[in-house]
Amino acid sequence: MIKRLGTGLAVLWAAATAAYLALLLAPGDTVDVLIGDGPDTPEIRAKIIAEWGLDRPEIVQYLSYLWRLLHGDLGRSYQLQRGVGEILASQIGPTVQLTLAAATVGVVLAGVIAVVTAGRGPLSRAVASTAELVSVSVPPFLIGIVLLSVFSFTLGWFPVSGAEGPRALVLPALALGLPIAGVLGQVLRGGLERALEQPFAVTARSRGLTERALVVRHALRHALIPAVTLAGWFTGTLLGGAVITEILFGRPGLGQVTMQAVTGRDMPVVMAVVLLSAVVYVTISTLLDLAYRVIDPRIRG
Amino acid sequence: MSTLTRPRRSARPARPGLPRGLLAPAAFLVLLALAVAAPGLFTDADPLAADPLNALAPPSSDHWFGSDHLGRDMLARVVHGARHSISIGVAATALAVTSGVLLGLAAGLSPKWLDEALARSFDVLSTLPELLLALLVVAVIGPGTGNVILAIAVAQIPNYARVVRAQTFVVRRSGYVEQAVTFGRSRLAITAGHVLPNVLGPIPVLATIGLGQAVISSSGLSFLGMGPQPPAAEWGAMLSQARDYLRVAWWEAFFPGAAITLTVVCLTVVGRRLQRRFEGRTP
Repeated sequence: MIKRLGTGLAVLWAAATAAYLALLLAPGDTVDVLIGDGPDTPEIRAKIIAEWGLDRPEIVQYLSYLWRLLHGDLGRSYQLQRGVGEILASQIGPTVQLTLAAATVGVVLAGVIAVVTAGRGPLSRAVASTAELVSVSVPPFLIGIVLLSVFSFTLGWFPVSGAEGPRALVLPALALGLPIAGVLGQVLRGGLERALEQPFAVTARSRGLTERALVVRHALRHALIPAVTLAGWFTGTLLGGAVITEILFGRPGLGQVTMQAVTGRDMPVVMAVVLLSAVVYVTISTLLDLAYRVIDPRIRG
Repeated sequence: MSTLTRPRRSARPARPGLPRGLLAPAAFLVLLALAVAAPGLFTDADPLAADPLNALAPPSSDHWFGSDHLGRDMLARVVHGARHSISIGVAATALAVTSGVLLGLAAGLSPKWLDEALARSFDVLSTLPELLLALLVVAVIGPGTGNVILAIAVAQIPNYARVVRAQTFVVRRSGYVEQAVTFGRSRLAITAGHVLPNVLGPIPVLATIGLGQAVISSSGLSFLGMGPQPPAAEWGAMLSQARDYLRVAWWEAFFPGAAITLTVVCLTVVGRRLQRRFEGRTP
C-alpha cells in the first residue's frame, strides 16, 4: 500500500517535471509572452524579470516551482494575471458535473449491454461488438454532432449550448459517455461469458439459480476484474473528451480554459491542467487498485 | 447436452470485428489510398472553388454530397480531404513508430538504471490523456499541420516503445543472440542484424490500429482549430465549420464525419484481423 502511494507520488513528480520541461522548450521569450501587446521598454522588461524571478538559474526556478506546487501554488496565468489555482477552481464545477454524468452513463450502459447480451448467441454478440467497434472508431466530437443535429436541431428536445439546468447536461454527458459504454460493455461482456463457463457457474446452476441471478450475483464480480484494467483508458477518454465536448456544446468549464490557454500559449494554465489530469489519473488508479482487492479477495493473501 | 454446462459455441471464440470478410474494409482502404494519391480520379471539381449562389445545396446529381456554406462541392472536399487527414495520420504514426522502436530498443538494451528511467518516462507519458498531451505540445510549439503531426506522435510513442522494450528482453535472451555473441560479433552488428528485425514483429499490426487512432486524434485537434487552417479541406476542420450549419445542412457534417468513421472502422477491422492471425507468433 505504501509502495502504491510512492509510485503515485513519483508519477506526479515526473508529470510536474515534464510540464516544466515543456515550458523550457517553448520557443520565444517568456518576457515577450508576458508583455503581450503592452508597452515594451527595457524598464518594463527588467521589472517583469524581477517580478517573475526569471533571472535566477534554471535549476533554482525549477526547485522553487516544485516547492510552490507542494504548497498548492500553481503560479499565475500570463494572460489573465490571476492565480491559476483560482482560475481552475472557478471553472472546475461544470467539468466535474459533465465527467461524473458521463462516467455514470458509460458505466451503467456498459453494465446493461453486458448483462443483456452475454451468453445470448451470435446476434447479441454481433450487436455488442459492433457497438464497441463504432465506439473506438468515431471521433468523440462526432457523436456529439450527431446528437446535436437529431435531438436539438431536428426534435428540439434539448438546448443547443450552455450549461443552464440539467437538460443542458443530457447531450454532452451522452456524447462523452456513449463511447465509454461501447468499449467497457464489450470488455464486461467478455468477462461475463468467461465467468459463465467456470465451475462455480455450474454449481450455481445446479443449485437452481436462474441465469439472470447467476449473472448479477456471481458472474458480474468476475467480469469486473478485466474492466478495472481499463481505468487508465477510461480516465484519459473522460478528461480528453471533456475538452472537446465542452467546446462543441459551448459549455463553460476547464475545457474552455484549456483551449484559451493553448491558443494564447498561457503555459502556467496549460501546465496546471496537465498536472490536474495526472493527479486525477493517479487518484483513480490508486482507488481502483484498492477496489480490486475488494472485488477479488483472491489477491489479498 | 446438459443445461448446466453451457456448450462452447465454437472452437475459436469470435473476436470483435464486424464484417465477416476483410474484402469490404480492404476495398475501402484501397479507394482511400487512391483518393490520397490521385483525387482527380473521383472528382473534377475544385475543393476550394467557392460558389456563393449555390451555397448549402442539398445532395443532387450535380453535387452528390451537396455543397457547403460557401457553395464548395462537398464530394470534392471530402475526397481531397483524405490527403490532408490521412497524410497527417500516416506521418504521425511513422514518426511515433520510428521513435518508439528506437527508444524501446534502447531501453531494452541499456543498463538497468537507464532502462528503468526510460520505462518510467513511457509510463508517465501514457498517464496523461492523449489529447491533453497533444494540446500541451501544441501550446509549446504552436498550431499548424507539422506541429499537429509532432503532437500526435509524441502522445503515441509509449504504445510502441513499451512493446518493443518487452520484445527486446525476449530476443536478447534467445539462443541466436547468444550464439552471435559467442561468435564474437560486434554489439552493433548483433543489434542491427538480429535484435532489431526480431523485435519488429508486432509493429505493423499495432501501427495499423494506431493509424486509425492517429486519424481520430488529428481530426480532434483540427476540430479545435489547431491543425490545417481554413480553407484547407481537412475532415476535422470541415466538421468544425459544419457545426454552424447543422440546423440547415446535415450533409456538410455527415459526409466528412462518415469519411473519418469509415476510415477508422476499416483500419481497426483490418488491424484486428491481422492481430488475430499473428497472435502467439513471437520470435
